[in-house]
Amino acid sequence: MTRRQLWLRIIAHIDPPLLLGMGLLMGISLLTLYSASGQNFERVLAQGSNILIALFCMWIVANLPLHILLRMAVPIYVLGLLLLVGVALFGEISHGARRWLNLGVTTIQPSELMKIGVPLMMAWYFEKYEASLTLKNYIVAALLLVLPVGLIARQPDLGTSLLILASGFYVLFLAGLSWKIIAGLFAAAIASAPVMWSLMHDYQRHRVEMLFDPSQDALGKGYHTIQGMIAVGSGGLFGKGYLAGTQTHLDFLPECTTDFIFAVYSEEFGLVGNLLLLIIFLFVIGRGFIITANASTYFTRLMAGSITLTFATYAFVNMGMVSGILPVVGVPLPLVSYGGTSMLTLLLGLGMLMSIHTHQKLVKT
Amino acid sequence: MNDHVALKNHQQEIFNFRLRLVIGVVFVLILLGILAARFVYLQAVRYDYYHTMAENNRISVVPIVPNRGLILDRHGIVLAHNYSGYTLEITPSKVKNLQVTINELATLVDIAPRDRKRFKQLLAESHNFETLVIRNRLSDEEVARFAAQQYRFPGVEIKARLFRDYPFSDKTAHLLGYIGRMNQRDVDRLEEADLAANYRGTDYIGKTGLEQYYESELHGTTGMEQVEVDSAGRAARILSRTLPVSGNTLVLSIDAKLQEIAEQAFGDYRGALVAIDPANGEVLAFVSRPGFDPSLFIDGIDEENWRELNNSPDHPLNNRVLSGQYPSGSTIKPFMALAALHYGTRSPTDTISDPGYYALPGTAHHYRDWKKGGHGTVDMFKSIVVSCDTYYYGLAVATGIDNIAAYLTNFSFGKKTGIDLQGEKSGLLPNTEWKMKRFKQKWFAGDTVSVGIGQGYSLVTPLQLAAATATLANGGIAYRPHLVREVRNSVTNETRKIDNPVEADLKIDPAHLDLIRRAMAAVTQPGGTAVSASAGAPYTIAGKTGTAQVVAMKQGEKYDASKIDERHRDHAWFISFAPVEKPRIAVVVLAENGGHGGGTAAPIARKVLDYYLLGKVPKPAEVPVVTGKTAAVAASGVPEVEVEHD
Repeated sequence: MTRRQLWLRIIAHIDPPLLLGMGLLMGISLLTLYSASGQNFERVLAQGSNILIALFCMWIVANLPLHILLRMAVPIYVLGLLLLVGVALFGEISHGARRWLNLGVTTIQPSELMKIGVPLMMAWYFEKYEASLTLKNYIVAALLLVLPVGLIARQPDLGTSLLILASGFYVLFLAGLSWKIIAGLFAAAIASAPVMWSLMHDYQRHRVEMLFDPSQDALGKGYHTIQGMIAVGSGGLFGKGYLAGTQTHLDFLPECTTDFIFAVYSEEFGLVGNLLLLIIFLFVIGRGFIITANASTYFTRLMAGSITLTFATYAFVNMGMVSGILPVVGVPLPLVSYGGTSMLTLLLGLGMLMSIHTHQKLVKT
Repeated sequence: MNDHVALKNHQQEIFNFRLRLVIGVVFVLILLGILAARFVYLQAVRYDYYHTMAENNRISVVPIVPNRGLILDRHGIVLAHNYSGYTLEITPSKVKNLQVTINELATLVDIAPRDRKRFKQLLAESHNFETLVIRNRLSDEEVARFAAQQYRFPGVEIKARLFRDYPFSDKTAHLLGYIGRMNQRDVDRLEEADLAANYRGTDYIGKTGLEQYYESELHGTTGMEQVEVDSAGRAARILSRTLPVSGNTLVLSIDAKLQEIAEQAFGDYRGALVAIDPANGEVLAFVSRPGFDPSLFIDGIDEENWRELNNSPDHPLNNRVLSGQYPSGSTIKPFMALAALHYGTRSPTDTISDPGYYALPGTAHHYRDWKKGGHGTVDMFKSIVVSCDTYYYGLAVATGIDNIAAYLTNFSFGKKTGIDLQGEKSGLLPNTEWKMKRFKQKWFAGDTVSVGIGQGYSLVTPLQLAAATATLANGGIAYRPHLVREVRNSVTNETRKIDNPVEADLKIDPAHLDLIRRAMAAVTQPGGTAVSASAGAPYTIAGKTGTAQVVAMKQGEKYDASKIDERHRDHAWFISFAPVEKPRIAVVVLAENGGHGGGTAAPIARKVLDYYLLGKVPKPAEVPVVTGKTAAVAASGVPEVEVEHD
């Protein structure tokens, strides 16, 4: 095997357009992180290693044949569910929520696993009963979805549970859930809003209230929202310039390397930078749609579609939250926010997209 | 057939899926479109607004509080100054559990129950984001101990502050007053006066005394720093700075040493002493006994100390000089005599034969003289020397109350002297109109009789009597008593004299004046009522004694048998000036429950005169001691003293 052949072998299951889009976002991540962390190069290096580890995992997943992915669906889902139950029973409390499970060696956040596990399981389920889908199958699939979502919402982690709910819903939607039922679900959701409201924790309610009028508690609960909007708005057309964002450097922005990193970017690069970022996201998402459209099996279509739509949802929720049109929920900006776990989860998903795309190509040729 | 159906289904399925996918694409485009629209709105449409918001976030104007001006005595002795020290302060809004935090702090620095109480009080009065003092004046060791543990205490910090200090403490408390934390009333008043901006960052304001009256001189001009701050309010960079201008220095006419000697001369007596330079109205000593520790008030007094001060039968918080209203007793007689001479109702040579009492024509009621059997034949001169009551009963009736009132008001009786302090009381100079207003009653001749000897309705403050005495000493040319001689600019050191023009020229006939002065000089000579006052003095002293018998007890006050004798003892007055030929100082002394004016009050005045005129410092043994120590005499408001005898 020549060096060239080895290289071809290594990149065989990598999708260049997707990798390009990802690479741009990761570049923005490192660039913005340097500014957001107060020019802390260690932070950048840490994120760099997060990216490298995640890229390696992505590469492994991309190389996994589809039937292995399919076979992993049930074990991952069951493991995730067991861990969620474990969290509910033995989880560690941090910041008033029980999200982490201490395994002795390391602490893990099972809800992250379920971001992949739930759509994977549902896609597997639909694939299994593809030939004769009835309403019953949709109901079972919905149960597969609601169970982990409920556990995560209880932790409480409303943001993550809603996102997983969304990813599962995309599977249901793409699997052809009838429009009548979809309409019915929406009606039910709206009708149950007051009930949801009463079940929500105080801090969750505050976050929603603040969305409608952040100024009523500008130094308290509405602080994140207001400061985020100030950062974005004061960026103007062309931004304040790299490393020159005052909101960031004067510590007005909370969590400016993680969930609010977009505010930093936005403040320094302005509207032009924001639109560019949207275009990059659109490029990645668009590539995901193309992969989805070309997917050959029912399972891969559902999986690819759900991954793509979920990725888009993450991006929308994060940027919407920072710019003040959505409540503050703990959702990172995909591939940009600092943090190893979310980077890993996202790249595992994108790795699956690559696997889906490249393996069927190989089959075709 | 089956194949066909399966194929068709498959195509149908692909078609359905692609349809759904297109809907998904549209959905994503809508979401991204919403974001794009939002960005345009925030960054283009509302850019100006958010730009301003960001600037406001960033730049903060931090006031720099000026140093408060010093207060010096006439010779430059410091009476009030500032020193820097450290305080431990808590921002309650940043602390989760105050009680726990304070308890933990107490393991590092001493926190007395007093400190906790005061903190609680401050907390109750405070606004949201204020830092509140938990401990004042930390020692260096305490500062170091806390600094090492500071990370454990978010919201607790050490601040360097300037503290106001009064080196003479209780001896100048009534004169200087004190500064205290600004309250809502102070803030409102400053806002009304449009001064609020100059008080940004300032926590303290003059509350009483000179600190209050000269607040505008002492405060100075607040400087400011434009700083870039982070959200926690920490200054990151200074953009510009305007330095504050320290408050002006007040140079008082008070002689600190004289003040101290006067204080000591009182010994255990309560009372008041005012010394004035008759030639210009400068107050040389201003004593109200007992005093109190003004530093207790600066950061808000705790309940315990407040109760102790407020409920003390000695009324230490009462400024007797300014607001203590007492019957003048016989000290009014020289002024009465001048009134009679002025209106021609008595000539210097008119004599009476004193049987020991006075009766109004056609009545049987006897107004008794203090001396049983009377003083024999008494003319005006003798009436002052022996303090003959009978003479003045008749004199007052002959002159008439309205004439008396009209004349005495020139000496600032019955009205405020206008000294540079707030809270002055105006005493009471009764006349017919006043009585009608006050009691809806006609003035009776009997009312006039007791006013003649400084009793009845009439009341004076020690300050009024001192001002009147100074005017008398100065030949009828009246100056408003005042405390601040000059104001010194803290930056340029330029001094500005406080103008004190002649208040009034009473145009007293020199012959009348001469008679009264000679008579008052004789008071301190053998045969007079205050012989001891001038015994062995190498200069001449003009004086007049006065005594008021204390009868009534204040309602609600506890009856205490061990104190009853002392409580009923007379108040002793002594007014004086010296040297008689060319008076340099006028001294008025009130010794509450001091008994006879010539016995207790005059010796106190003498020590002050000796120091001022001769530089003589009294030996400690010369200080009088009262047995039974304290007794309650309210020095204010309601007259509780009825009759006087000399």
